[in-house]
Amino acid sequence: MTETIVAIGTRKGLWLARSADRQEWSLEGPHFLMSEVASVAIDTREGRSNVLAGVKSWHWGPTVQLSTDGGRTWTESAERAVAFPEDTDTALERVWQLTPDPNDPDVVWAGVEPHALFRSADRGATYELVRGLWDHPHRPTWEPGFGGGAVHTIVPEAGHPERLLVAMSAGGVYRSSDAGATWEPSNPGIRAYFMPDNEYPEYGQCVHKVARGQGEGELFAQNHKGVYRSGDNGATWDSIAEGLPTDFGFAILAHPRRPGVVWNVPVADDGERIPPGAQLQVQRSDDGGATWRMQADGLPSGSFTCVLRDAAAVDTGEPVGVYIGTRNGDVFASADEGESFTRIATQLPDVLVVRAAELS
Amino acid sequence: MPLAPVRVILPGLLRDLAGVSEIEVESPQQSQTVAELLDRAFSEHRILDGKVRDERGEIRRHVKVFVNGEDATRAAGVATAVPAGARVHIINAVSGG
Repeated sequence: MTETIVAIGTRKGLWLARSADRQEWSLEGPHFLMSEVASVAIDTREGRSNVLAGVKSWHWGPTVQLSTDGGRTWTESAERAVAFPEDTDTALERVWQLTPDPNDPDVVWAGVEPHALFRSADRGATYELVRGLWDHPHRPTWEPGFGGGAVHTIVPEAGHPERLLVAMSAGGVYRSSDAGATWEPSNPGIRAYFMPDNEYPEYGQCVHKVARGQGEGELFAQNHKGVYRSGDNGATWDSIAEGLPTDFGFAILAHPRRPGVVWNVPVADDGERIPPGAQLQVQRSDDGGATWRMQADGLPSGSFTCVLRDAAAVDTGEPVGVYIGTRNGDVFASADEGESFTRIATQLPDVLVVRAAELS
Repeated sequence: MPLAPVRVILPGLLRDLAGVSEIEVESPQQSQTVAELLDRAFSEHRILDGKVRDERGEIRRHVKVFVNGEDATRAAGVATAVPAGARVHIINAVSGG
């Protein structure tokens, strides 16, 4: 029987919502109570039911936990799963992102704080530093965002194992065309309004999230003030913020099958981190960001919470499910591509990450 | 004549991971440091190493190691000397929110 699971990582543990029909949900957890879960990946490649979680105990440090039974039981490597090599004189702070690679079923990428990318060749149990990015001459000038300095976004491309994109706050978008050996910044068109002399620098943009769309070379990016689309795999970017209530936000989602379909989760402003008009909402475009419409049926008004960069997800169901988690511990699910939402969890700690998938 | 071993006493979560509540470590003829003691103590319990120390070998910020009741972080840190027969407590600091 197929079930949909929604993994909900919070400031104080991991919860899992399960449903056979995406209407009735059961909630289980917490796993890792009192540990922060900032990253989750659900690995369904080759029919697996693996769940990976980047877990940080404030006492006992960061690690990656791995489940092979859909999140019911967990193990971790006896040796540090993610560790900086001795010559870097650096210690891992937090695993911000876990991304299964679509081209190799054994490869998982990890984006971490401080700014670095790691690669696992054993399905996420252990990881090695990607030296090409670590040794990049720009790295000393990458600045931490408010939440810390990390590679928070990793976008591989199915069918092109040599291509990889990462994003960081504040460093911007970087791309590799040789599977991570070398990297170049790729921010043409992305505005860094906070830079005093040049608002369009080569790098240093505060990119909040990048999602791969289904059009040719299609990517969507939510920035610190700015929403963008690329039609050339991130070589150049065009603003698609017109028509949105605000250009600020953290999360952006793309439809897993239909080109040009994108969801944005607007936040009023960088100095006003609440939903626009205090109405929790998503904004949907069906034409690559040319036009937008609000979807808020079932989402609360009088809402002064915020949806963080990884606290939103889509599944691959038909129609696609859309999920958002809030900083005040609610998780909302839509089984109809955002037309209506129901609350599937409440009173959790701050939601840091939401991921959804169908398990068979 | 062998020197009295050092007893490393674990806190709750680490006991669960290690399956023991304390680890007895032989004392070398020359004195040993906290770092050397932890190397020996964790050689058979590798998962504990990543919990107590980061990959640079530093004791994690919210972990305390007491040698005979004295906080090693207020002495010489991981270079603090551990005498034969010492009782070493690893504890999670009272912190968090």
